[in-house]
Amino acid sequence: MSYLPFAVAGWLFFVGLYGVVTSRNYIHLTVCLTVMQSSTYVVLLAIGYRNGATAPIFAGISRSAKTVDPVVQALTLTDIVVSVVVVALLLSLTMDMFARAKTVDPDEVRELSG
Amino acid sequence: MTTLVPLTVAVPLLAAAAIAALGRFSPAWADNVVATAVAATVTVLSTILLFGSANHDTIHWFSGWTPRHGVAIGIAFTVDPIGAGLAALAGALMTAAFVFSWGYFEEVAHLYYTMMLIFLGALAGFALTGDLFNLFVFFELMSVSAYALTGYRITQPGVLQGAINFAVTNTIGAYMVALGIALVYGRTGALNMAQAGEALAGKRVDGLVIASLVLLTVGFLIKAGAVPFHFWLSDAYAVAPAPVGVLLTGIMSDLGLHAIARVYWDVFSGATSGHAGAIRGLLVGVGLLTALVGGVMSLLQADLKRLLAFVTISHGGIFLVGIGLLEARGLAGASLYVIADGALKGAFFLAVAVVVIRLGNSDELRLRGRGRHRRHLGLGLLFAVCGLGLAALPPFGPFLSKSLIEEAARGAGYGFAVPLVTLATVLTGAAVLRATGRIFLGLGPRREPLLSEQPDEPEEGEPEAEKSRRTRAVLLVPPVVLVLIGLGVAFAPGIGARAMQQAVRFQDRAAYANEVLRGRVPGLPPLAPHTYDAADWAWGTLSVAGSLALAALLLLRRQPFSRRSRFGLVRRPAAALKAWHSGAIGDYAAWICAGAAGFSVVWGVLLR
Repeated sequence: MSYLPFAVAGWLFFVGLYGVVTSRNYIHLTVCLTVMQSSTYVVLLAIGYRNGATAPIFAGISRSAKTVDPVVQALTLTDIVVSVVVVALLLSLTMDMFARAKTVDPDEVRELSG
Repeated sequence: MTTLVPLTVAVPLLAAAAIAALGRFSPAWADNVVATAVAATVTVLSTILLFGSANHDTIHWFSGWTPRHGVAIGIAFTVDPIGAGLAALAGALMTAAFVFSWGYFEEVAHLYYTMMLIFLGALAGFALTGDLFNLFVFFELMSVSAYALTGYRITQPGVLQGAINFAVTNTIGAYMVALGIALVYGRTGALNMAQAGEALAGKRVDGLVIASLVLLTVGFLIKAGAVPFHFWLSDAYAVAPAPVGVLLTGIMSDLGLHAIARVYWDVFSGATSGHAGAIRGLLVGVGLLTALVGGVMSLLQADLKRLLAFVTISHGGIFLVGIGLLEARGLAGASLYVIADGALKGAFFLAVAVVVIRLGNSDELRLRGRGRHRRHLGLGLLFAVCGLGLAALPPFGPFLSKSLIEEAARGAGYGFAVPLVTLATVLTGAAVLRATGRIFLGLGPRREPLLSEQPDEPEEGEPEAEKSRRTRAVLLVPPVVLVLIGLGVAFAPGIGARAMQQAVRFQDRAAYANEVLRGRVPGLPPLAPHTYDAADWAWGTLSVAGSLALAALLLLRRQPFSRRSRFGLVRRPAAALKAWHSGAIGDYAAWICAGAAGFSVVWGVLLR
């Protein structure tokens, strides 16, 4: 097992988090979230990876053929679908924000505090 | 019995789809009738499951994919009375919210009912599932519907700010949960909680297990609103429409804590059993900090919804103490507390919405004395009863739950937690009672510099107030029923003993795994009757007396927080604490990072 994918995932997670912390634009912030999310894909796929194995499509290959783990691929797909919804929702909230406050900078909208 | 299990999730989801498809053609009242009926159905189904799984878990394997030779292949819902009780609470709160919406929204799009029912299905699924990835999917489903519902009525940019802060922080939490689950799967090859627990049991605790435990715990603590992950909660709950807020404050946060309990006992407890002290210490410490920070912050709020949001945070901390003690008695107390307190907080949220409709504002200072007319007597009594309930008035539901947690704390050598938990209920109870006194009796000063920092909302600009000021009695029915549930929980015969018995069962990982994977039904733990100690009565009385005294002190003194008064001393720290809640999403994400780092360091060092 290689540690490289886990290092990449860690990097993606923290660089995305850094973006969320420092973002001055809700659209940029949403993209940073998707960068963070990419780390979950990398981890999932790395966990299911096997050297020299083929894709887990069982039609037309011998039953003894080595394949990568199909479960994590299904999980990744689910993860993508779920997060597309979050991104769509955040972007639509951002559009509403721009329509009302004429800004997409989180620091300029501080109605709630204290 | 097992066929009922999937219905608790399928019925609301199918109804949501039907309303989404047909709602355009059906009148709004029809949508509401259907939605209310569905929510009531979920409540009844969950209650049947609650009693049906009293002796052993009710396990449903989807599509009949039962385990072969002790290996789980399919996805299971494993229903125990605690999970079923939470699903029933979600159903009851949703029913109350729908009945309330009937008199609350002037006109409401059918998509509102669709989202509410998806939310309900996700809450029920989250409480009942026995599969880790299923848990993540329901976590995301309930989060997404909650974000959308929070931003449902956009009246001011603050609503969007609250919804976005909610969405961003909870999405970070969801990714942490997903990473934690991926690591558990990588180690054990299992997504079924029982099977993952079997694979980890008795093995050495290494870095990967600690990383997955930290990721899952922090991810769920973000949902639960534990300090320092709690900032989003006060922003989101303060702007949510009332029927949505009932669900958020009454059940959603507390389900995050339930998930921690499930994952800890079902998956990790076999591996970390030698390090219970480290886990107990950190969870109880975070719980106490949350309880106190939430309590103090609730006293510093003028906006009633935001006040209730901090009450939710504070009491979530008390539940975390109960769970984190890792004792059956503490878990029993926390579970009962979630139900009793959830009903009371839901009732209070609805009562606040009625105040907004009748009196035109949700700001305590602006409302001073406006509720003095005899017409508002019932509403005032409702406020007062909620306040006393939140202060754990003996011998009602919250008192029983708080006593169980305190008995567990004394038993586990955490006796110092008892006064701190009581202090938290004193502070939160006092916050609600002070608002009651100011609004309905006209007591207290008109201006309080520490409270009036919220933006000035236009008098009639509140989402609810734009409609006619109906004083429909029907609006008071759902909160009154919820209050009766919350207070009455304690009087169900043998409830304390039963809760402790079920908590013992909940914490027995080996028995759970045997039952799920091999179909072996374990024997029932003995039923030990619960009796109150003298100390329980003393701390309960002290809590209520303290709340009343503190509320009276805050209302009856002349110069509030002025430089010369004795209270001038608290001014600076209070302002600093408030400044900490900046409303900026970047700060919140930084705190999540810092909190997660703290968890990693403490457990990374102590769990080896």
